[in-house]
Amino acid sequence: MAKQYETVIGLEVHVELATKTKIFCGCSTAFGGVPNTHTCPVCTGMPGSLPVLNKQVVEYAIGVGLATNCKITQYCKFDRKNYFYPDNPQNYQISQLYLPICRDGYVEIRTPEGDKKIGIHEIHMEEDAGKLIHDEWEDCSLVDYNRSGVPLIEIVSEPDMRSADEVIAYLEKLRMFVQYLGASDCKLQEGSMRADVNLSVREVGTTEFGTRTEMKNLNSFRAIARAIEGERTRQIDLLESGEKVVQETRRWDDSKECSYPMRSKEDAQDYRYFPDPDLVPVHISDEWLESIRGKQPEFREAKMERYKREYDIPEYDIEIITGSKHLSDLFEATVAICSQPKKVSNWLMVENLRLLKEREMDPEDIRFSPEHLAALIDLTEQKVINSTVAKEVFEVMFDQDIDPVQYVEEKGLKTVNDEGALRKTVEEVIAANPQSVEDYRNGKEKAIGFLVGQTMKAMKGKADPASVNKLLKELL
Amino acid sequence: MANVISDETIEYVGILAKLELSDEEKEQAKKDMGSMLDYIDKLGELDTTGIEPMSHVFSVQNVFREDVVTNGDDSENILKNAPGEKDNMFMVPKTFE
Amino acid sequence: MSILSYTAVGLAKAIKAGETTAVEAMQAVLDQIDRTESEYHCYVTIDREGALKRAAEVQKQIEASELEGPLAGVPVAIKDNICTEGMLTTCSSKILENFIPTYTAEALCNLEKAGAVVIGKTNMDEFAMGSTTETSHYGVTRNPRNTEHVPGGSSGGSAAAVAGEECFFALGSDTGGSIRQPASYCGVVGMKPTYGTVSRYGLIAYGSSLDQIGPLSKDVTDCATILEVIASYDTKDSTSMERQDTDFTSALVEDVEGMRIGIPRDYFGEGLDPEVKEAVLSAAEALKSRGAVVEEFDLSLVEYAIPTYYTIAAAEASSNLERFDGIKYGYRAKDAEELHTMYKRTRSEGFGPEVKRRIMLGSFVLSSGYYDAYYLKALRVKALIKKAFDDAFAKYDVILGPVAPTTAPRLGESLSDPIKMYLGDIYTISVNLAGLPGISVPCGQDKNGLPIGMQLIGDCFQEKKLIRTAYTFEQTTR
Repeated sequence: MAKQYETVIGLEVHVELATKTKIFCGCSTAFGGVPNTHTCPVCTGMPGSLPVLNKQVVEYAIGVGLATNCKITQYCKFDRKNYFYPDNPQNYQISQLYLPICRDGYVEIRTPEGDKKIGIHEIHMEEDAGKLIHDEWEDCSLVDYNRSGVPLIEIVSEPDMRSADEVIAYLEKLRMFVQYLGASDCKLQEGSMRADVNLSVREVGTTEFGTRTEMKNLNSFRAIARAIEGERTRQIDLLESGEKVVQETRRWDDSKECSYPMRSKEDAQDYRYFPDPDLVPVHISDEWLESIRGKQPEFREAKMERYKREYDIPEYDIEIITGSKHLSDLFEATVAICSQPKKVSNWLMVENLRLLKEREMDPEDIRFSPEHLAALIDLTEQKVINSTVAKEVFEVMFDQDIDPVQYVEEKGLKTVNDEGALRKTVEEVIAANPQSVEDYRNGKEKAIGFLVGQTMKAMKGKADPASVNKLLKELL
Repeated sequence: MANVISDETIEYVGILAKLELSDEEKEQAKKDMGSMLDYIDKLGELDTTGIEPMSHVFSVQNVFREDVVTNGDDSENILKNAPGEKDNMFMVPKTFE
Repeated sequence: MSILSYTAVGLAKAIKAGETTAVEAMQAVLDQIDRTESEYHCYVTIDREGALKRAAEVQKQIEASELEGPLAGVPVAIKDNICTEGMLTTCSSKILENFIPTYTAEALCNLEKAGAVVIGKTNMDEFAMGSTTETSHYGVTRNPRNTEHVPGGSSGGSAAAVAGEECFFALGSDTGGSIRQPASYCGVVGMKPTYGTVSRYGLIAYGSSLDQIGPLSKDVTDCATILEVIASYDTKDSTSMERQDTDFTSALVEDVEGMRIGIPRDYFGEGLDPEVKEAVLSAAEALKSRGAVVEEFDLSLVEYAIPTYYTIAAAEASSNLERFDGIKYGYRAKDAEELHTMYKRTRSEGFGPEVKRRIMLGSFVLSSGYYDAYYLKALRVKALIKKAFDDAFAKYDVILGPVAPTTAPRLGESLSDPIKMYLGDIYTISVNLAGLPGISVPCGQDKNGLPIGMQLIGDCFQEKKLIRTAYTFEQTTR
């Protein structure tokens, strides 16, 4: 009988924090920009420059640690991790090895077998590296330090996951905590959340771990799932053919669906960590800790419970809306203005999701304001515009965050409530379509739909279809 | 000499420190490092059980910056000393991975 | 009286009084440089044109009463590991042969705000690693007191420039004695302040936990005045200390009545030149005659300071010097097509033997398997050394001893045996390990006319006690 294998997975998740400035200098963390325009002597490793810690980084890290049930290290320090690479301007990265800010936490995920705790070994603060771009033309590399020094936290899990599904559930869970804290937008594609997968396999029933590999360059949930499957198969194939798994770092190529080793012989993998003498220890007093604890937001589970209690909307809607911090903020803010949770939820769930999908956007990228959505809902409630017009207005609002009231006014989209004008149009439509009138009178109920459509067309969509329907029936 | 530094150690330290030594330099380095380590081994005479390693002389802690952008575009200065530059970036030889 | 024989404070007064000008003073210094620099070689870079231009601007400001500080208009020499915007800063290394900083070190900003005028950058041991200024890539500096001898190091260029009147005062840096020892060898005053007193921002790091910038000057009054100007709390340096007591000139008082001075027996044992011993002990006698209470004591752990220092300094240096890789600034090896080859060639060609020696040692003591045994052990011993000083300062206001075991050695005698050279730092380096202030004051000369320095060591933040003691001694022996 073939051997049964179990996959053992631990994750190292890097999250780029949403601070305005870098971790050790006053340079902007804004994404994009002309290369090296967000740099200074500190984040480019100029001789004589010195780092000074951004307090907000510590507060975000503590927030994430508390959310993930970690013990906060009240006396923590920064260490230098020494390795040569051009994206690392000092050739050491300031990180935390000996006294990371958070330790021994867990998050709970849902699995088909019930809830499961995934242990968190530690969370530490560190600086991001710059970007290395290969220049084909000159056959060299080019370095941009705009990202150098952007603050990161690295969340290191225990090897507690057993499948790609568990990994994704864990990542989703982390992403929710971090997004709800406002600590990061956690976009895998843009690299503001990055996961390295440590994976080993072992025969079912054994308790010892197999030799693990570390996989990098995974920038979507799908890539993570495929990489896990690919690496599991590769390792099992090696073991089955009597070979050994080599402990190494591998780079996943998602287009080719395979990985290859990253290590070169010039990498000794001996980082010579030691406490950074340029930075002083961080002491997190009980008071400071409590004040951060007091400011923790309502996280997703609590929010879902509250929505169930407070709003009469479907559980599925609650799931989707709370699945994004931005979406739930938008929902709550809009409801606070218009007191119509069902209507708000409806707009967000139907038109909004449709457009997000069409435009290939994340809920985090929604730009329209709660005031404008509330105004649009009010326009439909007051029957100032009909639902077809409302959908058109929503789309413009979605793309450009226009003020619906002003827009409807300017474009003359108001429903015509002038009884005389409407009656005149209906009469013209009846006169112009004798066949349909005939059909209707002969019992073809559907024919009236065509007449409504013709009337709406003649009115350039600005009539209330219900009123048109009513008037047609009356006149026929 | 108590500490004998092997060729492998010198080779390894060379990789860590990104230094390429001639054979002559390697021999000298083996000798120098060996005698320095012999000298440093003198610290072993002291009992330091229970003594906390002292990184900083003063117990200063919590030196922070507020999260406020203070720097603008300084790329012209930053790139001024670059041995190789292209498109506002530092030019470096390619890497073989 | 020649303009060159003014002290820095004396010159500033003369300029203010209209007896001379900043430009005349600068011109005098440049003329002196023309006469003696080819022999002494104190400088790596001399910015003649810029110096005269800045002197003229400062003179205008003085005349307009916009600048009234005690150093306004005074020409100053800056050690070449202190960043100067727009002026070559090489650390006396080939690897920074073309590096022009785009900002000025905080300590120098403070000096320039006070009206001091930079002449140029002084020679030093490469990256401040050495005790003789012979490891410079740009040639040796000679001791103006006797040009067959070294000026000491690593701030040898700064000390020699003061002694040779090629400047009125200078800035140096001190990681293990690099201000005090050359000051002693050249017969000038040099002070290493309490760690954190002068900002390290813009000082190209050697051993970050030990480095401090400090003055080299003609007398104690200048020393206190310069320190008062350069000391500042700098939010750009996380290890900078916020102090309220930096009015160091207030300690220029001729009074040591009741001052408790401890003389560590351990500093007067084997290896100490008898002439140095005699001069230092007679200096102690002089202070005793002025009312100081002088007694001998056992400091302990003295012989452990050197191995502790070289472990910590080398470890920090190995990391601090990683940034010199041929990518962002400085020297890059030619024709290296692959990255790692470029790194290795750049660094192997760019660094001299002493720097490589310390980088190798530092990389080794931090490497996997040795970190605890070497690096952490050294940090523990550092704690013990600090404790030994704490105990001593419970009993004494000031510790008095020699700066170095001998007077300045002859050129070419020191580099052949690194350990022997390192042993020369025995009285100075524990001061850096414990973060203490220390001052070197001339106290005589040997039979060859080479200066001898006395070192006064104070508890943390007790610079004023050192200044008062040094000033009293200076006045007594004048």
